[in-house]
Amino acid sequence: MKILAIDSSGAAASAAVLNETTLIGEITLNNRLTHSQSLLPMIDEVMRMTGTEGAELTCIAVAAGPGSFTGLRIGASTVKGLAMVYDKPIAAVPTVDALACNYYGASQLVCPLLDARRGQVYGGLYRFTEDGLQALVPQTCTELSELLGKVNALGQEVLFLGDGADAYRARIPELTEVPYRFAPPHLSKQRAGSVGLLALQYAKENKYTTAVEFVPEYLRKSQAEREREARGTEASGAEA
Amino acid sequence: MKSTYILAIESSCDETAAAVVKDGRTALSNVISSQIALHTLYGGVVPEIASRKHIEHIVPVIQEALKEAKMTLDEMDAVAVTYGPGLVGSLLVGVGAAKAIAYAAKKPLIGVHHIEGHVAANYLSNPELEPPFLCLIVSGGHTHLVMIEDYGSYRILGRTHDDAAGEAYDKVARAIGLGYPGGPKIDRLAKEGNPEAIAFPRAHIEGNPYDFSFSGVKSAVLNYLNTCKMKASAGEPERHADMAHAGEEDYLSYLPEGITQADIAASFQAAVVDVLVTRTVAAAKAEGVRKVALAGGVASNSALRSHMREICEANGLSLYYPEPILCTDNAAMIGSAAYYEYRRGITHDWTLNAVPNLKLGE
Repeated sequence: MKILAIDSSGAAASAAVLNETTLIGEITLNNRLTHSQSLLPMIDEVMRMTGTEGAELTCIAVAAGPGSFTGLRIGASTVKGLAMVYDKPIAAVPTVDALACNYYGASQLVCPLLDARRGQVYGGLYRFTEDGLQALVPQTCTELSELLGKVNALGQEVLFLGDGADAYRARIPELTEVPYRFAPPHLSKQRAGSVGLLALQYAKENKYTTAVEFVPEYLRKSQAEREREARGTEASGAEA
Repeated sequence: MKSTYILAIESSCDETAAAVVKDGRTALSNVISSQIALHTLYGGVVPEIASRKHIEHIVPVIQEALKEAKMTLDEMDAVAVTYGPGLVGSLLVGVGAAKAIAYAAKKPLIGVHHIEGHVAANYLSNPELEPPFLCLIVSGGHTHLVMIEDYGSYRILGRTHDDAAGEAYDKVARAIGLGYPGGPKIDRLAKEGNPEAIAFPRAHIEGNPYDFSFSGVKSAVLNYLNTCKMKASAGEPERHADMAHAGEEDYLSYLPEGITQADIAASFQAAVVDVLVTRTVAAAKAEGVRKVALAGGVASNSALRSHMREICEANGLSLYYPEPILCTDNAAMIGSAAYYEYRRGITHDWTLNAVPNLKLGE
């Protein structure tokens, strides 16, 4: 089994080639270069340096969202193109699940947080068991305080990571009532190796989508749709 | 000589499109997935929604283009894609997919300027047309008068200082209650109206005789509607209360005797077309070219075509325009423009990015 994994959901862009036992190659750039310019050259580089041909891939894995809408679409259009030409399935891995795997095997709870702005986060709450990753709160778009309320209710030590942990660095200590730690830089951000790790599991379970079917999991509607729905609600409320 | 086949992709606004083009002159397929019905709900293109739809449609549209052309990706000589100008989120989907496809299939990648694509649509519909010629490019986002000196060689003679012609159509259509998209709707209604009913202004730009301005005529239409409302309500104080809540569609009740919605559409269209035709013919004479081409979405406007044909014939100019399906955003035109880039040895590497405000000639 050989997997090409990519993550362009956040500020970092990352591409990796791995098999069941080895992360053969991984490139991660977190210098705010546009993903549109950096992602395919990184894929090219990691494929060449690991001597990988498209034909030998089992599947192509992608951080499927949530994340930056634009970043998700750069990743989506890229994996769709690759999967179409190589005729390979796509393993669509939830971004927050993959991010939690940066701390694979931790004894503490793991709480990845992506900054969704307007006081909200894309986040989830996980623990690692003998069977691997277990989601206590599956990835969701929510108020920071609401998610941290669930963390507090469990009463266990928690590890925070992701760009949301940076964005809410001051508020998290105010809202957290259990022991906590922030991830160091090398564990804190999205990386393709973690996407690939979950993709190995998806491949065993045949949990795939296709180049035609795959769409990112945005976890949030567009502003125009939200405003239109809000107007609809107000109008029906006024009538009633 | 062996033929050249190009797979072309276009996603700069609200159409997801792919095509296979042979030797820059023959579209073997031209698949377009339009989102117009969806964006009509919002009165115009919503960039985030457009981007999401592109992601859903991009692969099926590309596969359909290859299937209709009865060709495989292996048989393509290059992959081409629009990389600007346009909506950045929309452009990125096409650019991302095209790069990945070209990379995986080991084919050269050619980034194409959207407006050069519109010009090249003429090569698909008019096999005999070769540069040099004068081209009037009119769409929802662009109004340019350009000398096409050679394939890939452009000299801009004039451009709009404010609204694009198609943009003015959309805004006026909204104001008179026709909705989106404004161009085809005004064009259809204008056939029933009197183009001389209201004298809307023909804007002249100081300095460059070939530049355009369409915000003036658009404002004139809006002012006309407001003045009608005020006059109508002046003698009827009880209507003042209603006025405050009057929607755009209510203006019809305020129009003077004998003036219809169709008259406003026809008079507005006459003002726009008059300016476009006059500037174009003046530029053709000054440049000494005998060939004039139309390009862009508004090039399928029936009033523009007939008026331009009349004046060109009177001045001994040959007029060319693409068939309507090639006037709208499509990928066949991108494949045609890409062919002439390919012949000149122009290709792009894997760092190609979407450039939303890409200038012509860059």
